[in-house]
Amino acid sequence: MVSETSQLLSDSVEKIFSDHVTKDCIVSAEKGEWPENLWSEVVDNGLNLVLVPENLGGVGGTWFDAGILFKAIGRYQAPIPLAENIVAGYLLGLGGITYPENSIITILDGELDLNDNKLSGVSNRTPFGNHSTHGVAIISNNNKSKLVLVPILDSSISDDKNIALESRNNIEFRDVEALNIVNVDFNSDLILKIGALMRSCQIAGGLESLLNQSVRYANERIQFGRPIAKFQAIQQELAVLATHVAASGVAADYASSSMDNGGDELAIASAKSRVDDAISVCASIAHQVHGAIGFTYEHGLHFSTRRLWSWRAEYGSGTYWAKILGEKAVSNGANNFWPSITSGKI
Amino acid sequence: MNTPFNFRLTKFPNEAEILRHEVREFLSDALKDIPKETRAETWYGADENFSRKVGQKGWIGLNWPKEYGGAGRSSMERYVILEEMLTAGAPVGAHWISDRQSGPLIIRYGSEKHQKELLPGILKGESYFCIGMSEPDSGSDLAALRTKAEKKGNIYLVNGTKLWTSGAHRCQYMIALFKTSQEEDRHGGFSQFIVDLSLPGITIRPIIDLAGRHHFNEVVFEDVEVPEDMLIGTEGNGWNQVTAELALERSGPERYLSSYILLQELVNEFSNKNDDEGVVEIGRQMSHLTTLRQMSVSVAGMLDQGENPALEASVVKDLGAVFEQELPNIAHRLMGLEPDSNGTDFQRYLAILTQISPSFSLRGGTREILRGIIARGLGLR
Repeated sequence: MVSETSQLLSDSVEKIFSDHVTKDCIVSAEKGEWPENLWSEVVDNGLNLVLVPENLGGVGGTWFDAGILFKAIGRYQAPIPLAENIVAGYLLGLGGITYPENSIITILDGELDLNDNKLSGVSNRTPFGNHSTHGVAIISNNNKSKLVLVPILDSSISDDKNIALESRNNIEFRDVEALNIVNVDFNSDLILKIGALMRSCQIAGGLESLLNQSVRYANERIQFGRPIAKFQAIQQELAVLATHVAASGVAADYASSSMDNGGDELAIASAKSRVDDAISVCASIAHQVHGAIGFTYEHGLHFSTRRLWSWRAEYGSGTYWAKILGEKAVSNGANNFWPSITSGKI
Repeated sequence: MNTPFNFRLTKFPNEAEILRHEVREFLSDALKDIPKETRAETWYGADENFSRKVGQKGWIGLNWPKEYGGAGRSSMERYVILEEMLTAGAPVGAHWISDRQSGPLIIRYGSEKHQKELLPGILKGESYFCIGMSEPDSGSDLAALRTKAEKKGNIYLVNGTKLWTSGAHRCQYMIALFKTSQEEDRHGGFSQFIVDLSLPGITIRPIIDLAGRHHFNEVVFEDVEVPEDMLIGTEGNGWNQVTAELALERSGPERYLSSYILLQELVNEFSNKNDDEGVVEIGRQMSHLTTLRQMSVSVAGMLDQGENPALEASVVKDLGAVFEQELPNIAHRLMGLEPDSNGTDFQRYLAILTQISPSFSLRGGTREILRGIIARGLGLR
């Protein structure tokens, strides 16, 4: 399953993130600073182009490869729009549009309209919108959809953030001339679906970091004369945390690889629903094990948990996707239920 | 730092998907006359006639090497048979243990004589094994077991009691762990034996469970003379042999599919209702089922590669038990119907599964023991 490309990407992202995503880096990003060094390392290594086809100058990797990067973003809490740029690169590739050089691309979502090649409307809570040079959108009208690439610099941008202090900007477009417009045979549901996949993987990575931090802390923290890791009460709690982390990782991998096999909604919807359930359990245990220190800004646990609490509501909450799964299951009927699980298609 | 788990996605080969259709076809015929309650019991349900039919199909020992009479096919193909049988509610209990662990143990540690004499019956679905581990004072603390096997000439003299032995009353053999010597190491001095349950001095007494069923037993050994050549593996190596069995025992589809029928019935019930709460809950449970299946299949893949996924197997079993224990509660919450052994199909399923669900996190290693193993894997102990 793990190809050579996967291994190279994995090594490369681990190296870059462990060198650059320091606590200082995350703290300054929370204050609004753009982590230029980190971003240029990412771009120099072509990580943002993992899903751009080779004939358009990209890596031509798989979704499984992309999933490795998404998970790393969550595990390190990397404060950059790498996931969004990977997805943007994928969308541009579908439209045969070349990924513009030296650009930072975000995904636009909201009430947007196209008139004579000009985009108008508001993209809501756009991830890293204030740092982005371009936006990609899918505009649907009368059952016809267009993939659009627009510049962002001239537009008016709010300074909203999510609770993890990542920018989530409302961007108003007023007759902004599109750079590319391509007719496509998919609609904006695709953004919701791959957005859910992207966040599910990031969440799986974020959950891993909760486990790692909690295990480390439990082994260091001494109470009653021994590390709290030696108490069965703590061991049993951390074991539960670990089972949900393991499940989330598998759910995310299954979703990524299902995109490589036709992109049925079953695996992606399952992943978002499954990791959402895991967050409730894992964040609670991780904070409990850390005690008061984990509740301070000084300690880094919250860099993970605040992201998890934000990401779980984006691109459809667990409940949203569970409803989609459930609706399809009941409309397919009980006799088709098990076959849909085994075929991975609903 | 990454997690200590080695789960990786494993795909079913094409042959497995072809086999899946064969199994579904076979079951649609073979299960016609099996009552609902038996179906809800899945691998607690035993039907020797059904087991013989499965043996005739060549579906027992599917992944055993051909030289031992198996079909030499992959664990992935075997997995397909198991999951199809469980979700269809096939009464697989009679041959389940022999196929899953007794046969593989005999192949791995048994003498040529054991293999020649015992494997053919297992493969035919006619010869059934039970597991003799727990004792009155040895549950989770397996190393505390006391049943002794003393070497006397060419026999071992066995005295003691095994408890909670599932299916002993319908099995010909028990693979039992006995104490053969006292060692300083509390895991030392154990040996495994293949015990013919018809030997003089063995008494099998039923223990009726809370649902009124006779499933497990107390098996008493009084001066039982077990021939020395029925020791399996190496004397004193019993603990290691037993531990190796556990990965086989803890990760299969039976560890999360026990209440599957309720989920399928909920899909049926909510097909005609306009009820968002039910639909969302069905979707959530699908996400858990889908994920558990990928995890469990991943362990099957690791076993095929000759790895030792003991830690991953514990994760599957713990999460799986939580899932299958929760389904009767969810079914109750959504439907509000009384579990009733004489009620509708749904109520009958609910009646049996609500009552047997406490056992899901006890059998094959308790929740606490599994979580202890996981904690050790995390480096906490």
